[in-house]
Amino acid sequence: MENLIALLIAAPLLGAAVLLCGGRRFDRVGHLLGTALAATSFVIGAALFANMLTKSVDDRALHQKLFNWIDVGGFQADIAFQLDQLSITFVLLISGVGTLIHVYSIGYMEHDERRRRFFGYLNLFLAAMLLLVLADNYLLLYFGWEGVGLASYLLIGFWQHKPSAATAAKKAFLVNRVGDIGLSIAIMLMFTTFGTFAFGPVLGSVGETSEGMLTAIGLMLLLAACGKSAQVPLQSWLGDAMEGPTPVSALIHAATMVTAGVYLIVRSGAIFNAAPDAQLVVVIVGAVTLMFGAIVGCAKDDIKKALAGSTMSQIGYMILAAGLGPIGYVFAIMHLVTHGFFKAGLFLGAGSVMHGMNDEVDMRKYGGLRKYMPVTFVTFGLGYLAIIGFPGLSGFFSKDMIIEAAFAKGGTEGWILGSITLLGAAITAFYMTRVMLMTFFGEKRWQPDAEGHLPHPHESPKSMTIPMIILAFGSVFAGGFFSIGDRFLNWLEPVTGWDHGHAPISATTVTAATVVALLLGVSIAWVMYGRKARPVPVVAPRGSVLTRAARRDLLQDDFNHVVLVRGGEHLTRSLVYVDHTLVDGVVNGTAASVGGLSGRLRKLQNGYARSYAVSMFGGTAVLIAATLLMRAV
Amino acid sequence: MSPVNYLYLAALLFTIGATGVLLRRNAIVVFMCIELMLNACNLALVAFSRMHGNLDGQIIAFFTMVVAAAEVVVGLAIIVSLFRSRHSASVDDASLMKL
Amino acid sequence: MNGLNVLAASTTSTGEAVQFWVLGTVAVIGALCTILMKRAVHSALCLAGTMIILAVFYLANGAYFLGIVQVVVYTGAIMMLFLFVVMLVGVTAADSLTETLKGQRWLAALCGLGFGVLLIAGIGNASLNNFSGLGAANGAYGGNVEGLAALIFTKYVFAFEITGALLISATVGAMVLTHRERTEPAKTQRELADQRVRGKHLPPLPAPGVYARHNAVDIAGLLPDGTPSELTVSKTLRDRGQIRDVSQQALDDIKALEQRSEERLGRKGPIGEVDKAGQGGGDGVAHDRNEEEATR
Repeated sequence: MENLIALLIAAPLLGAAVLLCGGRRFDRVGHLLGTALAATSFVIGAALFANMLTKSVDDRALHQKLFNWIDVGGFQADIAFQLDQLSITFVLLISGVGTLIHVYSIGYMEHDERRRRFFGYLNLFLAAMLLLVLADNYLLLYFGWEGVGLASYLLIGFWQHKPSAATAAKKAFLVNRVGDIGLSIAIMLMFTTFGTFAFGPVLGSVGETSEGMLTAIGLMLLLAACGKSAQVPLQSWLGDAMEGPTPVSALIHAATMVTAGVYLIVRSGAIFNAAPDAQLVVVIVGAVTLMFGAIVGCAKDDIKKALAGSTMSQIGYMILAAGLGPIGYVFAIMHLVTHGFFKAGLFLGAGSVMHGMNDEVDMRKYGGLRKYMPVTFVTFGLGYLAIIGFPGLSGFFSKDMIIEAAFAKGGTEGWILGSITLLGAAITAFYMTRVMLMTFFGEKRWQPDAEGHLPHPHESPKSMTIPMIILAFGSVFAGGFFSIGDRFLNWLEPVTGWDHGHAPISATTVTAATVVALLLGVSIAWVMYGRKARPVPVVAPRGSVLTRAARRDLLQDDFNHVVLVRGGEHLTRSLVYVDHTLVDGVVNGTAASVGGLSGRLRKLQNGYARSYAVSMFGGTAVLIAATLLMRAV
Repeated sequence: MSPVNYLYLAALLFTIGATGVLLRRNAIVVFMCIELMLNACNLALVAFSRMHGNLDGQIIAFFTMVVAAAEVVVGLAIIVSLFRSRHSASVDDASLMKL
Repeated sequence: MNGLNVLAASTTSTGEAVQFWVLGTVAVIGALCTILMKRAVHSALCLAGTMIILAVFYLANGAYFLGIVQVVVYTGAIMMLFLFVVMLVGVTAADSLTETLKGQRWLAALCGLGFGVLLIAGIGNASLNNFSGLGAANGAYGGNVEGLAALIFTKYVFAFEITGALLISATVGAMVLTHRERTEPAKTQRELADQRVRGKHLPPLPAPGVYARHNAVDIAGLLPDGTPSELTVSKTLRDRGQIRDVSQQALDDIKALEQRSEERLGRKGPIGEVDKAGQGGGDGVAHDRNEEEATR
C-alpha cells in the first residue's frame, strides 16, 4: 500500500504537466482530464484510508521513501512520505473537496478561453498541497508550502488582465513570502539544533532541547502559519485574494491552503507543547484574528470578501484551538474539516449567485434570490446554518468543542479565551445572517450592469449544483458523524495526543451559552437587515467609525502602508544615505588618499641617481641610529 | 694621542665623500668622492689593524684598493662612453629611470 | 726598520700626534676642496693631495706596504686615469654649482651631518682604548711586506685569485665599453686621393647664385656663357624637379612690376591681375615640370 502514496501526488502533478505543457491540443479535454486525475487522487486516498481502517491503531502510519533528495555531508534530505491519520484526513479533504471543485469549475469556467490552463493550475495546487501534507520532513513540506504559494499566486492572478487581480496576486505572494521566511528560519534552526528535518527525529528529540530554542522555532513556525493562514499580522492578502475565480476562493482560500498553517502547528505539536510561551503567542494570534476577521466580515458588502473575513475568523478559531495544546489539536483539525465543507459550500454558493447575477458581487444589489435559485439557496442556507453553529449541524459540534476546549484551558486564561470564542460565535451568527438576509431575502435591489441589462437570475448548471449539494451534505452531517462517539477524537488522538483539560463549567453550560450567543447574533441581524420596515439601502450608508474602519479591513493596509512601506522607504533612504556618505565616503576616501599619496610618492621617483643616493644615505644613517639605540637600550 | 683619532678622521672623510656624491653633478667628481670614501675606509682598516695587532685589516685594505682600481677602470669607461653619446658628464642627464 | 717598528707600537709618540693633527687638517681641507672645487681638474688634484697624506698615515700606522701602494697605485695610476678622463671631457669646463634638484642640497647636508654625527658617536661609544700595536704581527715573518705576503698567499689566496679575475674582467669591460666597431675598412691615403680625382668635377661645384640674376635657391645660376647650370641647384630640388626657369621668371617679374606701377600711378587695372601674375609664376613652375616629365 505504501507505493500508492506517491501516486496520490503524481496523478495531479501529471495533470498539471500535461495541461500546462501540452498546449492547445488539450483545450477540449483539459477540464475532463484534470477532473479525472483529481478524482483519481481521491480514489487512491480513499483506498489508503480504507486500508488504514483495517489496521490496528498503532500500525496505521505508512512511510514511503522514494529517493535520497539531497546528500551533502551531514545534510540529508529524502523525498519521503508519511501517511498517518492526520495526513490521510487532509488527503481526503483536499482531494475530495478538490475533486468537487474541479467538477464545479467545469461549469463555472465554461466560457473562459483559458479553462485548460485553469485546470492545470488547479492540478498543480492539488499536487503541491498533497505534497505538503504527505511530506515526512520539514524540507519537503517547505517544498510543498512554496508550491501551494505559487499555485495560489497563479490562480489569484488568473484573470491577470484585471489590474486588481494582478496586484492582489502580487500582494498575496509578497505577504506569504514574509511567512515563508519564518518557515525557512525555523527549518534552519531545526537543522542546527537537531541535525535533521525529518518529523520523527525532530519531534522525538524535543525533550533534549532547550526551551528557548524551541520557543524560537515555534515562533518562526507561527510566523509561517500566519502568512499562509492569513492570521494577524499577515492577514491582509486574503481579502484581496478574492479577485481570483470563485472556485479558487472556495478551494484554496477557504477549504485547504489557508488551513496549512493549522496543519503545520498541529504537526509540530510536540515543539509547541514544550514551549508554552510560543503556545501563548499562538493563542493570542488566534484570538485576535478571530475577532478581526469577524468584525471585518460584518462590514463588507462584497459577498466574497464577507466570506473571506469569515474564513479568517474561522481559521482564527483553529489556530486558537491549536495553541491550546493537546486540549485543542483534535478540535482544530475537526473544525478545519467541517469548515472545509461548509465554507467551500458557501463560496460555491456565492459563485453560483454571482454566476446568475452577471458577476455582481455587491450584496446590496442582490435581494430576494431564494425564489430564483432554489438549489443554491438551500445549499447555501445549510452551509450558513452549519457555520453559525446551528445545533445538530457540523459547525455546531466542531465550534462547540473549541469553545469548550478554550474554557478547559483553565484559569483566567481559560475564561478570557472562552469569552472571546463565545463572542466570536455571536458575531459569526450576526454577519452570516446578514449575508443570508441581504442575498436571498428582502426586496429585489438588482441594478442594471454596465451595458444596461438587468440581471436574470437563474439556477446554475448541474455541474455546479451537484458539488454544492454534496458539500451541503458534508456541512450537515460531518460534525455529527465525527462527534458522536468521539469518532474523530479516537481517530486522531494517537497522532496529536489529547488532554481533556479541566473545564470550570460543564459542557452542557457551554453548549447552552453557545446557542444563546448564536440566537443573539441572529436576532440582531434580523432586526437590522431582515425587517420589511427597514429595507437594505442599495448604497451603503456612511456608518459609524468602526464600520468604516471595518470596511477598510480595519485599516490593515493603511497600517502596513504607514508602518512597513513608509518605514521601509525611510529605512531604505537612510541606508542609501549612509551608503552614499559613509560607505562610499570611506571607500572613495581610501581610494583618493591612496591616489593622492601615490601621486606624492611618485615624485620621489624622479629618475635622478642623486636623489636615490640621498635615500640610501639617509637609510644608512637611520640604520646606524637604530643600531646605536638598540645598544643603548 | 690615541689611534682612535684615525678612526674619527676616517669617519669625517667618509662623510665628506658621501656628501660630495650627493652634491656634485659631474660624474667624474662623483667618482672621485667615491674614491675618497674608499680611502677613508682603508684608513679605518689600517687603524684597526694596528689596534688589534694583526695584518688582516691591511689585507682587506689591499683588496679594497684592487677592487677600487677595477671599479675605476670600468666606471671611467662608462663615463667616457656616456660623454661620447651625450656630450655631457652630468649624472642628472641620465634621468630616464623615472615614471 | 727597528725604529719604525717602535713607531708602530701600542703607544703613539708626540711626533705622531703633531703629524696627525697637522696632516689630518690638511687632509680634511683637501677632501672638502675635492667636493667644493668648480673644476674637475682641481678636485682631482686636491684628492691626490689627500691620498698622499693618507699614504703617510698608513706608514705611520705601520702599514708600510699599503703606504707605498697607496702612492704608487692610487695617487700615481688611478688619479692619473682620472686626470686623463678629465682632459678628455675638457679641462676648462667648469661645473655649475647651483643645485638643480629641489631640496637636494638640504637633504644631502642633513643626511651628511646626521650620518657623521652618528658615526662619530658610534666610534666614541666603542671601547677601543686598549690596542696592541703591530710590532709582533709585523715581526712574525720578518717584516710588514713578508707578513702580508704570507697572508695573501696562504689564508687569502682564493680572494687574491678572484681579484685577479676581477681585474682582467674590468680591463676587458673597459675595452668593450669604449670600443667602436668599424663598418668598413679604413681608407688609405691612396684610396682617398683616387676617390677625389675620379669624380666628374675636378674643381669644386659652383655655388648657387653665381652669375645669377636671382637669389632664389630653386633658380639655376648662369654659366659664363649665359646658359643656366642645373648643378648649382640643390640635388634635392633637382630630384624633385622644382627648378624654375630664370628667363621666364625675369619676364614675369617685369610684367608684375609694370602692372604694380600702373596701379600706383593711375589706379586702373583690377587688383586681381596682380595676383594672377603672381600665380603665373607658380603655374610656370608647374608647366615646366610637366614639360620635363613629358621629355623624359
